[in-house]
Amino acid sequence: MSATANTDKPLLEVSGLSVSFIQYAAGLRQRTFQAISNLNADIRPGEILAVVGASGSGKSILAHAILGILPGNALVSGSMSYAGQELTPKRQAALRGREIALIPQSVNFLDPLMRVGTQVRFSSPNGNGTAMQREIFTRYQLAAGTERLYPFQLSGGMARRVLVATAAASPARLIIADEPTPGLHPAIVKETLAHLRELSAAGRAVMFITHDINAALETADRIAVFYAGTTVETAPAGDFCGEGERLRHPYSKALWQALPQNDFRPVPGSQPSPADLLPGCLFAPRCRLSTLECASAEPALRSIRGGTVRCHHAA
Amino acid sequence: MALFLCGRVLRLLTLLVAVSLLSFLLLSLSPIDPVRAYVGADMLRVGPEQWANIAAYWGLDRPLHERFFRWGAAILRGDWGVSMIFRRPVLEIIGERAVASLALMLTAWIFSGIFGFALGVGAAMKQGTWIDRVIKWYCLTLASTPSFWFGLLMLLTFAVWLGWFPVGLGVPAGVLAHEVTLSDRLHHLLLPALTLGITGVAGVALHTRQKLIEVLQSDYVLFAKARGESDLQLLRRHGLRNIALPAITLQFASFSELFGGSVLAEQVFSYPGLGQTAVQAGLRGDVPLLLGVVIFSALFVFAGNLTAELLYRLIDPRLKLKERYL
Ligand code: SF4
Repeated sequence: MSATANTDKPLLEVSGLSVSFIQYAAGLRQRTFQAISNLNADIRPGEILAVVGASGSGKSILAHAILGILPGNALVSGSMSYAGQELTPKRQAALRGREIALIPQSVNFLDPLMRVGTQVRFSSPNGNGTAMQREIFTRYQLAAGTERLYPFQLSGGMARRVLVATAAASPARLIIADEPTPGLHPAIVKETLAHLRELSAAGRAVMFITHDINAALETADRIAVFYAGTTVETAPAGDFCGEGERLRHPYSKALWQALPQNDFRPVPGSQPSPADLLPGCLFAPRCRLSTLECASAEPALRSIRGGTVRCHHAA
Repeated sequence: MALFLCGRVLRLLTLLVAVSLLSFLLLSLSPIDPVRAYVGADMLRVGPEQWANIAAYWGLDRPLHERFFRWGAAILRGDWGVSMIFRRPVLEIIGERAVASLALMLTAWIFSGIFGFALGVGAAMKQGTWIDRVIKWYCLTLASTPSFWFGLLMLLTFAVWLGWFPVGLGVPAGVLAHEVTLSDRLHHLLLPALTLGITGVAGVALHTRQKLIEVLQSDYVLFAKARGESDLQLLRRHGLRNIALPAITLQFASFSELFGGSVLAEQVFSYPGLGQTAVQAGLRGDVPLLLGVVIFSALFVFAGNLTAELLYRLIDPRLKLKERYL
């Protein structure tokens, strides 16, 4: 699928995106911390792009930035375009739910006091609500009575289907699934991944944000590796193979080698805190190939062998 | 559910016994001699023998516990006793005064509920803007204002200076009881009710604001926003739905403050309600009347709290359905 998809124009293009938050620390001192820095990504219709990174590394912020639903203390810079046009806050507000939809992490993202059928109907801004919702529930094998249930009554598997159904009910051409398989039973994970593939097969672009590299490899056409608020490498899923010799960035290789089915060798150290980012390459403190250059200059984004990478020494 | 109700009835009974016992004790310890209060200006004409007779007539010569049990037994038979100061059955007096008080409290309650809720919603929707700041400032000022002082202020402004409302009482002075019209009563009711209501607004508004801000920061509102809902839709579909129940519950649970406030308001405006009656009875050692008012107010507050709890059980789907499955 990727071969044909890649020839299309990107539906969403993110370039140089940075997001920081202003915090008021003790004594009215202002502090900003950088959650996303200089991030690039793009996605085409019918494609699944997995954004893979450690839990709690700010991947959700990317999703919220694209949708324009960041909290008021967020500062956003860089540029995004959707279907070839600049994605301004005003345009984001107009496209939310109509062109761009979100599949959230958990059932907590549903109104606890509203029946789930109603909530799925709200996802279709101007369609034939009830009929469409029933049809989708049937498609996702949700029993007829499910629409009358409240979120707290859903089992884990049902909740997952309802959450995917909210996106399926919307006419959106870009679907952002933000960690849709957190700590789920393997069978439910499998089913959810199948649903994501169905959505992309219908021509929708799916951004699949996850910490689970196996789930990403099983589903996605391309993988964007997210580290310390930026995408250090974007590679076709097929590049994750063997010893990782086709991968471009030392962190991607380390991630790949850390998998149980490979060497099971963890990456030493931990991600830098977004509160105190150093100049230069953010991976430098943990990188075996690090040189003086790495610590002083931020590596620029380069295209190599059909992927992109941010590393001075990648080849 | 049946278990729940039984528990509440049991709690009510212990509450009533405790409250009446406490009031009984307090009154017996108070320096006020009910006979002296009863005799009043006739003091010089009442000899010691007569004095003792009156005391014996009220049963005041008996020991405390005997008096309490005798009173309790009478109450259980439905006999609330006779008021010493009004020389009429306690139940009759409470009945009259309760109507006036309930009218006052209901008006204030509805006013503070609606107005406070609206202010709270407004502040939360505009959180951080000047609208929010003005509303918050208003509420905090109000909350820290003693209500009797506020009552006096209202009285001075609207009754004395502007002359829009009568200075006090529940009905016009010098008018025969059957000639008093409903509009007369309303005219007398409005100022104390407004005073009571306005002081109640602050709590309701601040609570509503707090709750709505919590809801607006929740994950489900974020997701609703991601689905393209506008601010007004967010408020209508999710905001009101999720704050209505706690707001209504709080409103019922605030019956005790409402009653407490009405005692002050009635005192300031000489409005002849239960609160004023309680003060009179207390000051003049009218045990049966005071106990009657105490029991009535305990029942009133209890009814509010019970309603609040029942509302949660009957309306919140999370509790309602759990109940069914248990
Ligand atoms: S730029 Fe240098 S430190 Fe950063 S990943 Fe590449 S080799 Fe390692």
